[in-house]
Amino acid sequence: MSSFKAAYHTLLAHWHMLTGYKLFWPVFMIAGLAFCVAVDTYGFMDLYLQLILIYVGINIILTVSLNLINGYMGEFSVGHAGFMAVGAYVASLLTVHSFPAGAQNMLFPLAILAGGLGAAFVGFLVAIPSFKTRGDYLAIVTLAFCMIVKSVLENIDAVGGPRGLLGMEKLTSLPWVFFWTALSVWVIRNLVYSNFRRGVLSIREDEIASDLMSVNTRQVKIIAFVVSSFFAGIAGGLFAHALQFINPRMFDILKSTDILIMVYLGGIASISGSIIGAVIYTILLEILRPLGVWRMVFMPLTLVLLMIYRPRGIMGMKEARLFTPLRDITTEKLWRQKKKEAPDASA
Amino acid sequence: MPLLEISKLTHRFAGLCAVSDFNFVIEPHELVGVIGPNGAGKTTVFNLITGVYRASVGSIKLKDQELVGKTPHQITSLGIARTFQNIRLFKELSVLDNVRIAHYGQIAYTPAEALLHIGRFRAEEKRITNRALDLLAIFKLDESANEKAKNLSYGLQRRLEIARALATEPALLLLDEPAAGMNPNEIIQLMEFIRWIRQTFSVTIILIEHQMRLVMGICERLVVLDFGATIAQGLPSEIQKNPKVMEAYLGVEVAS
Amino acid sequence: MAYLFQQALNALQLGSIYALIALGYTMVYGILTMINFAHGDLFMVGAFFCFLLAVYLKLSFVPTLLFTILGVAMLGVVIERLAYKPLRNAPRVSAIITALGVGLFLENFTLALSPYPKHIPALIEHTTWTIGTVSISSLQILIIVLSLVLMLILDFIVQRTKAGMAMRAISWDKTIVPLMGVPVNKIISLTFAIGTGLGGAAGMMYGLAYPVIDPYMGIMVGWKAFISAVVGGIGNIRGAMIGGFILGAVEIMVAAFFPSTYRDFVAFTMLFILLIVRPYGILGKPHPQKV
Repeated sequence: MSSFKAAYHTLLAHWHMLTGYKLFWPVFMIAGLAFCVAVDTYGFMDLYLQLILIYVGINIILTVSLNLINGYMGEFSVGHAGFMAVGAYVASLLTVHSFPAGAQNMLFPLAILAGGLGAAFVGFLVAIPSFKTRGDYLAIVTLAFCMIVKSVLENIDAVGGPRGLLGMEKLTSLPWVFFWTALSVWVIRNLVYSNFRRGVLSIREDEIASDLMSVNTRQVKIIAFVVSSFFAGIAGGLFAHALQFINPRMFDILKSTDILIMVYLGGIASISGSIIGAVIYTILLEILRPLGVWRMVFMPLTLVLLMIYRPRGIMGMKEARLFTPLRDITTEKLWRQKKKEAPDASA
Repeated sequence: MPLLEISKLTHRFAGLCAVSDFNFVIEPHELVGVIGPNGAGKTTVFNLITGVYRASVGSIKLKDQELVGKTPHQITSLGIARTFQNIRLFKELSVLDNVRIAHYGQIAYTPAEALLHIGRFRAEEKRITNRALDLLAIFKLDESANEKAKNLSYGLQRRLEIARALATEPALLLLDEPAAGMNPNEIIQLMEFIRWIRQTFSVTIILIEHQMRLVMGICERLVVLDFGATIAQGLPSEIQKNPKVMEAYLGVEVAS
Repeated sequence: MAYLFQQALNALQLGSIYALIALGYTMVYGILTMINFAHGDLFMVGAFFCFLLAVYLKLSFVPTLLFTILGVAMLGVVIERLAYKPLRNAPRVSAIITALGVGLFLENFTLALSPYPKHIPALIEHTTWTIGTVSISSLQILIIVLSLVLMLILDFIVQRTKAGMAMRAISWDKTIVPLMGVPVNKIISLTFAIGTGLGGAAGMMYGLAYPVIDPYMGIMVGWKAFISAVVGGIGNIRGAMIGGFILGAVEIMVAAFFPSTYRDFVAFTMLFILLIVRPYGILGKPHPQKV
């Protein structure tokens, strides 16, 4: 038993050394990207496995971005699928209709970016009702938004109406997914370790007190919604070009519920939690595929049990050291240093 | 020039007059008390000054700048900070973060810089963390900087709330019943503490209180409210003898 | 004119179904300040109960109705006990997510058991009267009259009985009332039973009016009913009834003059605008925030 414990501690120490090491992230990024490019060019990985990895990446983007609103800000948005739809449609319309056939690969990032910007604009519009309403009512506003997006798409013939859009090339490759996932995690991590974090967290705790402590609550809410929906749009664009087919029904409330499950499974207000949640859920869904329809009975049941027994999820309100910036760890050092200085000052 | 000038301030809730025709002037460095029975409209006055409610009629001027119509965070950034009758800390957040949040309005970096962690970001974060820690040290809260605010004792929570308010660098500090739930001994300490805050941070203070001992002990001037109306203003010694005030506090005077 | 009258009749039929479901949302919200997002799926379960009773047990109209109401009411109480009660003091977001989860569970469970849409047999004789160009079916009359009767009974229970008084008391104040000896858990169960029972009855009527039923039928109708509850002012029982009829009327009118695919769009846009302009609904009262 004790040898196990010792081994565990050595492992933990190694882990901390590794993660404390400044080069960990750059090395991980380069190695990861190199691996993805290699897989993409030489194709030594099963295509099905590649597709699952692509979905894992997309789901990480969706989960991390939704966590901004539902986890950190403590609001309840069920409209994430709506933002995703906007991104998916904008990006697909660009690649299918606007871009020349030869330059698809080169212009793909532009399409994804445009999808993100489109979603961000819509996110800005949804942020406006959040100034006045909170809680249940804001949840309904986002839900209504999700339904409106779906009905609008169903009623526009130019985008295929209820039949949806076809004809996208399979542009979403593993390296691109890796790139966008890393980018979204990095940006949201940065945002979450800044003034903005204290803004959203204070809104979650007590909005009026937050406003009275000089927090510009409107600005914070706009940033939260715009950034969150921007990345949902990015994920939508990637999703559309991985599946090569979209229709309005794909982005209904069920899709939002999927993302919600990942957020609350992984843990609210935690980036590492969101990644864990997205990975576990995506893989679990694939493993349970043979169960057929019963899989969809099992999933909501998990959600209910999760809410009753562990409402904050696996990593709720905690963060792996790996994701806290070095600077934030130095805050603690600063504090200890000050404590040491204090007696001298009084002497 | 007066620091704060309130004239003809009136506020109604669904027809009910919570504050009516309130006139008030405070000079820099004064310490003024607002007293009155429950429901007299004292906290409403604070809510009107800080922009939580928008006044129906009247004007509030801070150094000749009109505050009516501004949002709470704008007013706070202009130099008015407050505490709450029932403590409203950010309970789940650390003591340090409670104070750092109050620096929000002073942060010089833009959202874009925060998004990418570039430019002024590092220097600013370091600056406000340092300032917050210094402030906590002054208030002897630095030992528990990394604790959650809800884990502090009641007295420390009250202290933290004042520290948090001072972190916004106010010219005018509004204290809403700072002595609530304190025993006579603690009240004497609090009196010292409030005087000390005024000296150290050179702020002007308006204080709402029920505890006569505290109010009479430290306030230089008093305003008495009853049913939203100002029934008396003056020195503590004058107020103590004012028949109208006695009536408001003790009910209609019985024929002596 | 006759066309308008015909449409008004249709609106009344649809509106009374919306109103019945909306009552369930509003009652639960009033007593627990929680949106029971699974309510629309309980409506769907009502339709399936009706199908089972009518096809396999060959019951006639009245017993089918009674057992459907009873069955769905019991299911509602069980769900409250198992899923919502443990979360009564948890953050409200947890309760909303749980309700969404329960709803999905009901849908997918029904789907797993019955993969194909089902057809509900006509339980009453169809007669259609034609007055001028307006045609009225016996089913339409039945749905409208029955809904109104159920609503009157509910109104009586809430306004005139002791249990109803307790319900109103709990929705008025959640901290003091339990201290006054009101059996809170029983009252909450009763509220769930009545609310979901009405939803079940609505499910059956909907199934009779539009006989093909499937596990996902509750989603859209549920949301529409929910909109009705919000329009009327959630938590307000008379508001829910009014809201149901308003939404029914709006939808029928939209469908009468525009392509019917615009119906959902109009309903949700209405909700969206209402929530921004008057979030507490027509009969609801705003809650001022205390500082």
